[in-house]
Amino acid sequence: MINIIWFSFIVVGIIYGIITGNISLVNEEIVTSAKKSLDIFLGIFPTIVLWLGIMTIATDSGLLKKISDFLYPFLCKLFPEIPKGHESLGYISSNITANILGLGNAATPFGLKAMKSLQSLNKDKGKASRSMITFILLNTSGLTLLPTTVITLRSINKSVDATSIIIPTIIVTLVSTISAIILDKLFNKVIK
Amino acid sequence: MNNYILPFIVFLIVIYGIIKKCNVYDSFIKGAKEGIEIAISIFPSILAIIFSSRILISSGFIDFAVSSLEPILEFLSFPKEIFPMALLRPISGNASLSLMLDIFSKYGVDSYLGLIASTLQGSTDTTLYVISLYFGTIGIRKIKYSLYAALLVDLIGIITAITLVNIIF
Repeated sequence: MINIIWFSFIVVGIIYGIITGNISLVNEEIVTSAKKSLDIFLGIFPTIVLWLGIMTIATDSGLLKKISDFLYPFLCKLFPEIPKGHESLGYISSNITANILGLGNAATPFGLKAMKSLQSLNKDKGKASRSMITFILLNTSGLTLLPTTVITLRSINKSVDATSIIIPTIIVTLVSTISAIILDKLFNKVIK
Repeated sequence: MNNYILPFIVFLIVIYGIIKKCNVYDSFIKGAKEGIEIAISIFPSILAIIFSSRILISSGFIDFAVSSLEPILEFLSFPKEIFPMALLRPISGNASLSLMLDIFSKYGVDSYLGLIASTLQGSTDTTLYVISLYFGTIGIRKIKYSLYAALLVDLIGIITAITLVNIIF
């Protein structure tokens, strides 16, 4: 699937660029996109290293296990395939918590650890497991309750009430997350 | 309030580690080393998605898609000024952010469109990036229904955002 999208983006972009005469812009992007990716990568690289360091303290001290045990009654409904006490539950809890607190940068390393850990439970290593899809859908649905970046940009742009969007954002996030959970259950029943 | 969250989390983790007689420094270094490996392993996925989405965006195809869908949007009473941003939101976080700033300067931060753009940016995520990053890093090829479902959720989010701004403001 990602294969097809990746391919179509490139082919459609280049053909459309040739037709419309935008090919010089496309050419420029091909030259500069690697540098842009590196900038994005360098932006999150130190955060990933830092947060995995901090999280390992929480793993070694048993704090992460405590948190995931506490959240287990809720998590086992979402992730029925994960056995109780499995390390992935700890990473999933940290990822969700970081997302809710609006710490998007810290959420990524926890999410990557969660996926790695879910992969160890996965029988078919090339195919997404049920828990992975649920976890991904939770992540793409937003989860953020405090949109800090948007609030900052709104106040920089002289909004009279920069925080006025917090309530609609929370409601939209809740609606998205609930529909993600429902759609996940639905799709899982229909598409095996 | 916001300034207290991170210090509190770090404080809690370190204190709990010491109480449980953990060598917190060694744990940190061990985790950070593993962090370097994970971080490096995600670079190809980032590069791949940025490369292909930048080609598509720079070709002007998105603008073409927007203008050809305009009659349908009008029929659905979907604010057409928001459409390019809504279309790019799942593909590129930076592109949709700059479109949001564009809407701010054209129509005003607190305008109807400015409020929709802010809500949209804050409440949805860069779906395609998250999916390719998370699955790409662990080498999953068959992603089953995850992309359709995620994009459908994004659509629900966009419709909810527009409806809510209409109701609240």
